[in-house]
Amino acid sequence: MSDVSNGDERIKTTSKFRQALMRPELGGMVGTVAVFVFFGLFAFDSGMFNSQGVMNWSVVSAQFMIIAVGACLLMIAGEFDLSVGSMIGFAGMMIAIFGVTLGWPMWIAILITFVICVAFGALNGYIVVTTGLPSFIVTLATLFILRGFTIFIPQTLERKTIIGGIREAAEGDWLAPIFGGEIGEPIFVWLGDRGIINVFERGNRAGEPVVNGIPMLIVWALGLVIIGHFLLTRTRFGNWVFAAGGDADAARNAGVPVNAVKIKMFMFTAFCATVFAVCQVMEFGSAGADRGILKEFEAIIAVVIGGALLTGGYGSVIGAALGALIFGVVQQGLFFANVESSLFRVFLGVILLAAVILNTYIRRTITGER
Amino acid sequence: MKFSKATLFATAAIFAAPFMATTVIADGHGDDLTYILVSHAPDSDSWWNTVKNGIALAGEQMDVNVEYRNPPTGDLADMARIIEQAAASQPNGIITTLADYDVLSGPIRAAVDSGVDVIIMNSGSPAQAREVGALMYVGQPEYDAGFAAGQRASDDGVGSFLCVNHYISSPSSTERCQGFADGLGIELGNQMIDSGQDPSEIKNRVMAYLSANPETDAILTLGPTSADPTLLALDENGMAGDIYFGTFDLGENIVSGIKAGTIEWGIDQQPFLQAYLPVVVMANYHRFGVLPGNNINSGPGFVTADGLELVEKFAGEYR
Repeated sequence: MSDVSNGDERIKTTSKFRQALMRPELGGMVGTVAVFVFFGLFAFDSGMFNSQGVMNWSVVSAQFMIIAVGACLLMIAGEFDLSVGSMIGFAGMMIAIFGVTLGWPMWIAILITFVICVAFGALNGYIVVTTGLPSFIVTLATLFILRGFTIFIPQTLERKTIIGGIREAAEGDWLAPIFGGEIGEPIFVWLGDRGIINVFERGNRAGEPVVNGIPMLIVWALGLVIIGHFLLTRTRFGNWVFAAGGDADAARNAGVPVNAVKIKMFMFTAFCATVFAVCQVMEFGSAGADRGILKEFEAIIAVVIGGALLTGGYGSVIGAALGALIFGVVQQGLFFANVESSLFRVFLGVILLAAVILNTYIRRTITGER
Repeated sequence: MKFSKATLFATAAIFAAPFMATTVIADGHGDDLTYILVSHAPDSDSWWNTVKNGIALAGEQMDVNVEYRNPPTGDLADMARIIEQAAASQPNGIITTLADYDVLSGPIRAAVDSGVDVIIMNSGSPAQAREVGALMYVGQPEYDAGFAAGQRASDDGVGSFLCVNHYISSPSSTERCQGFADGLGIELGNQMIDSGQDPSEIKNRVMAYLSANPETDAILTLGPTSADPTLLALDENGMAGDIYFGTFDLGENIVSGIKAGTIEWGIDQQPFLQAYLPVVVMANYHRFGVLPGNNINSGPGFVTADGLELVEKFAGEYR
């Protein structure tokens, strides 16, 4: 904010309304309302708002949210991570290798995978801060390296690129349900019995509700959003993150440990990607070499829709979460609205562009920034 | 659904017109049957155009609504979400590939249990289709097709080969190569390469492999994505017409390759039928309650230089 007005700007009072408009997540909030109004009008009777439909776009949005939180904090700290998608594929494959191929207990497989992936995140960060190379290039290299290993390792060990049997291997494990389980089943059974949500009409599960619980994926997404938001807005570390991304040299001169902050943010991004991967392999029971392709861009798109600046120093976790929600609702909503699927990318591009232009416009008019 | 289309059309006619392109609106039968086909193919895989044409034609002829959906990047976990989404929109039937049983069986079974009839096409196996509660399986068992091709090549005197795998993350691609090796009675070993999807990369990897292993007897490609660049590679290194070249699936360049004698045979699994027949079967099932008593094998059929005329005419469109 380069606004230099008369007097000391630090003690200048701003109206509540103006303060509200200055929040980075404003664009995300407007967009969320707009998206729901749009699909409420055009896809209301298509099943998008029945229990299965709501669960469908909620889960997709939650997936985006998990990786968007990490990408958001990292972007505010002034860096990118393009290896998120490959990290998702890699982490899933590691769990399959340790838990199924090597037959280790699932909780050990999960914990070791977290350690390996977060270490890769730290390595990304270390290379970026010590060499001063753009994180774009460094993590692009990691993207290829991790994807390569994700194909090579299972091909070498198992002669195939999809390893199944993870659900069976995770049977009775104490850690696995924290990622792949569901909570609130009794509530959904109750809702199903009352006829408020649909129940299965046939098969082994006849009479059970079509949605039988809130997946832990959604719980993780909300948890990470809350933690991320708290960290960013209520702690000293959060201020450091803004400072590191806003002007790294100024921050260093002010005593902020910029390098440590950036490395930690790379590690957190890797952590989020790993959470995504573990939830996914626990739900689907298999790890595939093609999982997570292009997810890094989806994370960045969600963050940018949510009002963060690509140049760092400005943004909000709540905004990124709303961006993820918009992204998820639009992606699945287009299917519900029966739009020709090959045009999906056209919509994605249009929405991204519209969101960025809207966000920039709002910010410039309100803050007077050029 | 109809209301939404009408409103959208009215409010944004210019935008809406191209988006509704493949939707065929039912009239005449008084029913409003809707079938959704979900494939595992990324947008970049042109082979699925035949499937799109097949289902569009079936929709037109049977007077039903048909839709085609796929995960844009080919990520199977995204495909599971699309199946869940399709089930939530409560169509009369879903036609889907079963590219990975672990990932897709859950969503497919949930769709079946919530009252949507399902037919498995293309990937998967008759046993897996029965397992998830599908009405039937329409497709070509991949290992068997590879095995048959291997036996044929073995009869023609082939003793070693290169399998150009452009979709290595799909188990069924690997099964084709494995079946071919077993049909020849040799180990697969390092004879399968991960070629990637990019044409120039595929071409260069094939050339590199062949110059490193000049004694290779045969090449097996798994579809137009890998066959087209391989044709170029063989043209460039002069092995065209000399090396034994067989491929899965057909396409414009493959057909002209067969005609020119560069390609010995193409295995046609007739994807058109895989999209077309399920719609016909389900529409008749939902209207009259009639259902064929068995799975339908759409392939394998070997296309050789004899009788290429119709194939050539419709290559890439219906063949």
